[in-house]
Amino acid sequence: MAYLPQMEQIESDVMARVLEEMHNYDAGRYTESDVMAALRKPSCSIENLKALLSSAATPYLEAMAKRAHDETQKHFGNTVYLFTPLYIANYCENHCVYCGFNATNKIRRLRLNKEQMEREMQIIAESGIEEVLLLTGESPTASDVAYIGEACQLARRYFRMVGLEIYPVNTEEYRYLRECGADYVTVFQETYDSDLYETLHLRGPKRVWPYRFEAQERALMGGMRGVGFSALFGLGDFRRDALATALHAYFLQQKYPHGEVSLSCPRIRPTATDQHFASQNVSEKDLCQIICAYRIFMPYAGITVSTRESATFRRGIVKIAATKLSAGVSTGIGDHEEKYTDAVIEDANAVGDAQFEISDSRSLQEVYDDLSVDGLQPVLNDYLYV
Amino acid sequence: MEKTGSNRTNNQVLSTEDFLEIGGHRLQSRFILGSGKYSPNLIEAAVHQGGAEMVTVAVRRANTKDSENIMNYIPDGVILLPNTSGARDAREAVRIARLARELGCGDFIKIEIMKDSKYLLPDNAETVKATEVLAQEGFVVMPYMYPDLYIARDLVSAGAATIMPLAAPIGSNRGLVTGEFIQILVEEIDLPVIVDAGIGSPSQACEAMEMGCAAVMANTAIATAGHIATMASAFGKAIAAGRQAYLSGLGRVLQRGACASDPLTGFLYND
Repeated sequence: MAYLPQMEQIESDVMARVLEEMHNYDAGRYTESDVMAALRKPSCSIENLKALLSSAATPYLEAMAKRAHDETQKHFGNTVYLFTPLYIANYCENHCVYCGFNATNKIRRLRLNKEQMEREMQIIAESGIEEVLLLTGESPTASDVAYIGEACQLARRYFRMVGLEIYPVNTEEYRYLRECGADYVTVFQETYDSDLYETLHLRGPKRVWPYRFEAQERALMGGMRGVGFSALFGLGDFRRDALATALHAYFLQQKYPHGEVSLSCPRIRPTATDQHFASQNVSEKDLCQIICAYRIFMPYAGITVSTRESATFRRGIVKIAATKLSAGVSTGIGDHEEKYTDAVIEDANAVGDAQFEISDSRSLQEVYDDLSVDGLQPVLNDYLYV
Repeated sequence: MEKTGSNRTNNQVLSTEDFLEIGGHRLQSRFILGSGKYSPNLIEAAVHQGGAEMVTVAVRRANTKDSENIMNYIPDGVILLPNTSGARDAREAVRIARLARELGCGDFIKIEIMKDSKYLLPDNAETVKATEVLAQEGFVVMPYMYPDLYIARDLVSAGAATIMPLAAPIGSNRGLVTGEFIQILVEEIDLPVIVDAGIGSPSQACEAMEMGCAAVMANTAIATAGHIATMASAFGKAIAAGRQAYLSGLGRVLQRGACASDPLTGFLYND
């Protein structure tokens, strides 16, 4: 689908480079000796990464985990960063077949007003959280940039770090949001297979795959301090999607060396209105392999593991390679008071439905305590707004 | 200010006579401990067992909440060395330094300016600019730098109290990769040369001290050790041993092969 008139087009070779590598990737070509060679080398090339993501690496998962652990220790020590997401609106104009916010789904829609947002932020801040990730459904009409900017300004008062996970916008809009207090931007590409992408995103501006791909670059051009990347594993071939995600981050970091890059690694989760979407199976072992390969390839990148994964998986992976966890999570709209306190919200219209079901419902304190027990150092904030 | 090179005396070999003076403070220990990558609960034990008298603290970890504030874990009596990590240019570093002073961290400041999120290499040019501004404001400026002689001289002119060249990429634990260049700084720069990043083991720290460096800073090597406090102790001892070896005057080191017992010029003296 072509760019819509309001969508900015930038000059960049990053997309072509990522796609070329992905299209040339034949995961079946790699052998165990390629994997062993990749693990022996002190630094990991693109070719090595391809070997580590191949099925030939499966028997070497423990060796990969050990190497990933060592790299994590060198770059992050024992620290693990904690944050919580805050969904401020769930209106959406897109028809993504796998998503709970899908415009055709009959769910309770809500857009928090300023007072509601502030109340949610107060409750979250009181729990001890210092970094918040603001999310919206993808509706530039219902949640326009001015509205998101207002949310950033409010969040700045309560939190020391503010991330955004919103629909892609133009460079100047990212610049505006940066001025409003946003520090970093995460965009899920969902799948890097653009043909498959069109079959999963049936209507709405999200169908424009290249505009979404270039979002992180526009965010960096607009002055954002960091950017996050992700495929949603289970939509397509996870090995190719993982390769493309890592290279997307790698090439952009090369082009913008000051930019802090991070990777997320969500697997698709059931939604409240589960449609008839058959996802590809990506096992926990597969996910662990992806995360280890990410860490060995980009030892300096932050890796976030969300509550889509179980507490057991998250406690394990954070000892190997993950450096950032969400905690005290709700993916609904306006329900933090209910979830964080004993308050009962009787007005059903005051709460919007959730995007997906979570697997790890631990509170901030529980995650904090578990990390401490496991010998890790939870960090609520490591950032100074200058 | 001490001179690290030519003015050693036999008396200094005795440890009580030997101290490192920075910003009007005399330090007996030449071990500077980093605190960023492990639990704050372990800082006190590491300080005590390592004998460190100076501890670095990232201002960005100095939180508003008491429970999270790393400052609460720094034992009394040690000198705080706040750093400007997170700064991407001189302007941001200056701002963080002023914040540190406002927070009550004192006048010491370690400048760290990084424009590359991958290797975290210091930006030397911006570091000189920040040093100039902060030295004029009365800070005791300790700049982290890539070991470059001209930049080191500029830092001296800008009013730095020490220079802190990296031994290897931060966190790499690779040891004195830039050793030859650090040696040049030790010979040429009339300020304490403190090796900052990349030291991975006590033996590497000892080697840096044998070279004539004034002190060694370590963080990752200790943070990632099996037992943090005892590794801090090992570093403290190795640094003291290296210093003593330097003051004692190392014996002759042959670069390659053995020394021929028959001199090559013997024929000149045959008659």
